[in-house]
Amino acid sequence: MTSRKNTSNLSNLYVPEPEFRPGDLPDYSNINLNKEKWPDRPDPLVDAYETEPHATGLVRALKLNGETYGQWDPKLSPDTLRQALRHMLLTRVVDKRMFAMQRQGKLSFYMKSIGEEAIAVATAMALEDTDMVFPSYRQQGILMTRGWPVVDLMNQCLSNKADKLQGKAIPICYSVRDKGFYSISGNLGTQMIQAVGWAMACAYKGTNEVASAFTGEGATAEGDFHYALNFASTYRAPVIINVVNNQWAISTFQGIAAGQSRSFASRGLGFGLASLRVDGNDFLAVYAAVKWASERARNGGGATVIEHFTYRQEGHSTSDDPSAYRAKGEAEAWPFGDPIDRLKEHLIKLGEWDQEQQDALIVELKAHVRESYKKAEAMGTLASPTEINPATMFEQVFEEMPTHLRRQRQELGI
Amino acid sequence: MAEAMKQMNMIQAINSALDIKMSQDPDVLVFGEDVGYFGGVFRCTAGLQEKHGLHRCFDTPIAEGGIIGVAVGMAAYGLRPVAEIQFADYIYPGYDQIASEAARLRYRSNGEFTAPLTIRTPVGGGIHGGQTHSQSPEALFTHIAGLKTIIPSNPYDAKGLLIKAIEDNDPVLFLEPKRLYNGPFSGDPHMPARNWSKHELGEVPEGHYTIDFEKARLHREGADLTILCYGTMVWVAEAAVEATGVDADIVDLRSLMPLDLDAIVKSVNKTGRCLVLHEATRTSGFGAELIAEVQQHCFYALETPIVRVTGWDTPYPHALEWEYFPGLERVSEAITRIMED
Ligand SMILES: Cc1ncc(C[n+]2csc(CCOP(=O)(O)OP(=O)(O)O)c2C)c(N)n1
Repeated sequence: MTSRKNTSNLSNLYVPEPEFRPGDLPDYSNINLNKEKWPDRPDPLVDAYETEPHATGLVRALKLNGETYGQWDPKLSPDTLRQALRHMLLTRVVDKRMFAMQRQGKLSFYMKSIGEEAIAVATAMALEDTDMVFPSYRQQGILMTRGWPVVDLMNQCLSNKADKLQGKAIPICYSVRDKGFYSISGNLGTQMIQAVGWAMACAYKGTNEVASAFTGEGATAEGDFHYALNFASTYRAPVIINVVNNQWAISTFQGIAAGQSRSFASRGLGFGLASLRVDGNDFLAVYAAVKWASERARNGGGATVIEHFTYRQEGHSTSDDPSAYRAKGEAEAWPFGDPIDRLKEHLIKLGEWDQEQQDALIVELKAHVRESYKKAEAMGTLASPTEINPATMFEQVFEEMPTHLRRQRQELGI
Repeated sequence: MAEAMKQMNMIQAINSALDIKMSQDPDVLVFGEDVGYFGGVFRCTAGLQEKHGLHRCFDTPIAEGGIIGVAVGMAAYGLRPVAEIQFADYIYPGYDQIASEAARLRYRSNGEFTAPLTIRTPVGGGIHGGQTHSQSPEALFTHIAGLKTIIPSNPYDAKGLLIKAIEDNDPVLFLEPKRLYNGPFSGDPHMPARNWSKHELGEVPEGHYTIDFEKARLHREGADLTILCYGTMVWVAEAAVEATGVDADIVDLRSLMPLDLDAIVKSVNKTGRCLVLHEATRTSGFGAELIAEVQQHCFYALETPIVRVTGWDTPYPHALEWEYFPGLERVSEAITRIMED
């Protein structure tokens, strides 16, 4: 997206604006995905500067018509592809259910990842389960892929008595150590540099693990992102630095964080890091890119920056109405399609799937999610009085409770 | 078995604590700006890289948010990082990683991820350091739930408390009063400088020992006045008590969070008078917290209002350092005033 109203006769100050705002007709006919040439797949241990075409171009494997293209196709088995489709669909069904339940007042807040499922699911499938991910709040697909029970996710969002965090965190700020899922901070960007520290610890200990960190494109403007690139480069940390460029940071378009840069991936080049920009709605490309980066990291090649080029199809959160700042129809006009539809088309093209199977799978997943929700709801919701023991509020501030906290707990009468 | 003792200044005591922990525990890493080959601008990490290896003691980019951020990640993994921030005046870029991350990781994950890291940083004035080398930001940290804030006043405590900090399973901010690195300081720059070489608190066991947090140290025992202080101000208090001849308890708090409230209450209930000292600016300083606790717990024992002597609410000045610093003269005056009340 380039900018439109960026000059004013009142001042010389340049302030970028997105191409389309409410009232505009979104038009992406300037993007012709069939004409472009996509970069090839280099050896994972290539010199970082040789990834310049990958950082400014777009890594793709799947055409919009479901056919594969070029060297990045990871050539996954039909079973693996069907697994991927299942994880992506499950993520979407859970998101829709939780959104609806928030509207009924059962939870305070929720964030969907609709349109971005390929990024999380392909990451989880391409990495080892022991590789720690440092997510933002739109990678719940990783939890679905790594088999965290849906009911546990729901219990956390409902802050009920079965929430293993005992209601200490807001919905979606999961922490699932045994699924390699780092505690989500509500403060944007902070996890990026922590992931580098984790990766440095892996290297120090001589394990073969990698860390994988996620930020939205908006939060790349935080210092932590730049610290992460610097430290990852200096200490050659085995880490993957993922930027999910879904074009929007609440109401702010990507150009505010990007400045005059051509891509977020190219931020990595200046730090001497391998950098790839990937079609984030292309499951195969994301999978191949993550595999490439993890191979590089595991073989001593250090960190890779991956920009996942995608689109936030819905509102930022349950508190947001994008029609106030986005042109109507922008999501539909977005030329990169929907990741689930694209993988489905691919499987159909391979003769390994059909619409009937798709419909049956959705019915099955919906039933599973409905059942899970019933179980979760039975443990309490935000709408029912909390059954969490108030004494737990004072626990886990420190390993051992100091005297002042014990006194404050007594002051509360417990 | 008598423990082998050695005369150390505070720099050597800190260095010894780091060396012992690095020798005992391969998960202890030490890093920060100029910390590696050179051994730190105050020399606290001298020799550690040579002895323990480049991979265990190393230089970092000049990015305090990055230094503390990687330390949080390492600590969550299971290492015990000890990060140095060159001066507390430069800790603010790392504040978010301390306040929002290190201090809250355990709570928000309900104990699944923890951040057992130690952040060492020199604090305080009296060294002609001006605004950028003299600040005492402890109150900005004691206000954070989930963080421990420690400040020793002598080599013996520095070593025992630092080892404790590294072994602690929660994040610890370890503030080192830089004016005390080489010797006690009376608060009067015209008095001859002292060093630790003949001081009994410079006599430090060579081996491993720890000092518990939440335990104040009664630096001097008296009957008529309680002086609550920490860091450099312990020595200013001592000099002022000598100068005024008042028989005072000097309570060296050492551990600001968690705080040894029992020791404070016991002393004030005994003496009935209380003076609170800190170098930091006054408004919303740690002294305000101390005064609130003392008035609540010792109200009926108090014979006079509680008085505090602090730095002024200005940035730390360069030329007027001794007008700013709550030195011997101001503290002595305050003691006299309280005793006359
Ligand atoms: C440090 C910080 N600043 C601001 C916010 C408020 N906030 C929450 S999400 C968000 C937008 C983030 O956009 P982006 O990074 O692009 O991620 P996306 O939501 O698009 O996935 C903002 C400003 C926050 N949570 N943390």
